[in-house]
Amino acid sequence: MPEPFRVILFIIFVMAFAGLNAAYLVWCERKGAGHIQRRIGPKEVGPFGLLQPIADGIKLMTKQLFLPKGADPILFMAAPLMVMVPAIMSFMVIPFSETFVAREVNIGLLMIFAFASVNVLGLLLGGWGSGNKYAVIAAARCVSQNIAYEIPMLVTAITMVMVTNTMNLNEIVRSQAGWFFHWHIFRLDISLLMPVAFLIFFVCTLAETNRAPFDMAEAESELIAGAYTEYPGMGFGVFFMGEYANIVIGCALSVILFLGGWQSPVPFHPAGFLGVIWGLFWFLTKLYALIFTVIWIRWTYPRTQFYVLLNLSWKVLIPISLFNLILTALQIKIFPWL
Amino acid sequence: MVPLFSAEGLSSLVFIFIVMTTVLGAVIATHSERLTRAVTGLAICFIGVAGIYYYLNSPFVALMEMLIYVGAVCVTIVFAVMLADPNPESEAGKGSIFAGPLSFALGILLFWGLSALAGKTAWVPPSARVNDGSLEEVGRSLLTNYSMAFELISIVLLLAIIGALVLARQGRTRTGGES
Repeated sequence: MPEPFRVILFIIFVMAFAGLNAAYLVWCERKGAGHIQRRIGPKEVGPFGLLQPIADGIKLMTKQLFLPKGADPILFMAAPLMVMVPAIMSFMVIPFSETFVAREVNIGLLMIFAFASVNVLGLLLGGWGSGNKYAVIAAARCVSQNIAYEIPMLVTAITMVMVTNTMNLNEIVRSQAGWFFHWHIFRLDISLLMPVAFLIFFVCTLAETNRAPFDMAEAESELIAGAYTEYPGMGFGVFFMGEYANIVIGCALSVILFLGGWQSPVPFHPAGFLGVIWGLFWFLTKLYALIFTVIWIRWTYPRTQFYVLLNLSWKVLIPISLFNLILTALQIKIFPWL
Repeated sequence: MVPLFSAEGLSSLVFIFIVMTTVLGAVIATHSERLTRAVTGLAICFIGVAGIYYYLNSPFVALMEMLIYVGAVCVTIVFAVMLADPNPESEAGKGSIFAGPLSFALGILLFWGLSALAGKTAWVPPSARVNDGSLEEVGRSLLTNYSMAFELISIVLLLAIIGALVLARQGRTRTGGES
């Protein structure tokens, strides 16, 4: 297949993937929340409530796009797009399987971080543009949180780049081939703190995507719905889809960097088309296991206080991630034969 | 005239689009009444500049432009605006009548100077420096040829951090003393 057509097909796939994920992760979230809280969750619309996301989507789309008084019309409407578009762009470099990737970019890791950083600007302008006090407070909180957690996340990512010598996500996955103890999270011979690095990265993912227990951007018991307070209908819907797309990207990145990406736990990889499906199966299994953990955490832990949140990043995560960086560098240089 | 649906025609089209984005962003940044909108214009302008870097075959610099300028600088500016200026309707002061013609003349001078420089420079053919924007090359030149500039920037950042700390500490002791 010629390259442009392949990329266009991939763009369609990625949009469908992002949309379906947003729709059905909401369903998973509600079902998970239900069962964790000894309820049933959605069950009326379709079997097991499986058509609930479609009903929700229709409801959101039929609502009037109402512009609140005092809002900045351009910023208010542009902000949801600034969350959604970069999220979709990031999907272009994620290797779902060895050959199942839109573009194998040399600096794919950097590309994901570059686009993810626009996300904050979208939330900030959305909160500011709606001209609502609660939204502005939420936006301010969101920015300090995102800046604080971006640092340990990037430092951990730099450590991983140092270990793998590349920013190409597919190469990073290839370097973890073989048994499951070749995945980076188990490579204690590269860095003694590897599991801790994974934990830091995962916690930062939770914080960067504004998930509980760090969901300061929409702390509903304090700030109504935070930055989303004034958003009607699909304005809110697009924000929500962007948030779920970001969760998927964050978890995908954790899987690629630490859990072996599309590598299976045993050294077996069939050739040809079957190999693509095999890789896809393992990637999606790990991805959804992590996403389930994210949902699980949300319904298990209460929201933290804002100061606790900032202290955790500045006083715990950043020093540990910096120490990990130095330790890994020393271990790579002093014991290169390991 | 290059036909539109060829590799060269399409890439020129992309180039024109990128430049238009940059100019549009810059115009929004300088001409909006509200500061937040101006910062959004600045963000658009930075995205355009990142596009130009990408067009010049250095995706690493382009993505760094996105990460640092859009993701960090613009966010910090909006944050500062939010902290400093709760009233977005504040009017920008009117400049004197000479401001317009003067800036126009300066702009023309700058444009002429840059064009003359571009015309006079002996450009290296692009094929000879196709790897200049790659991650390895940027890293190597930062730690060899431009290490002095690199170190100076880190001193500037250190000073900024110390300044911020001093300001923040003063604020803390003052409120502590009052309460």
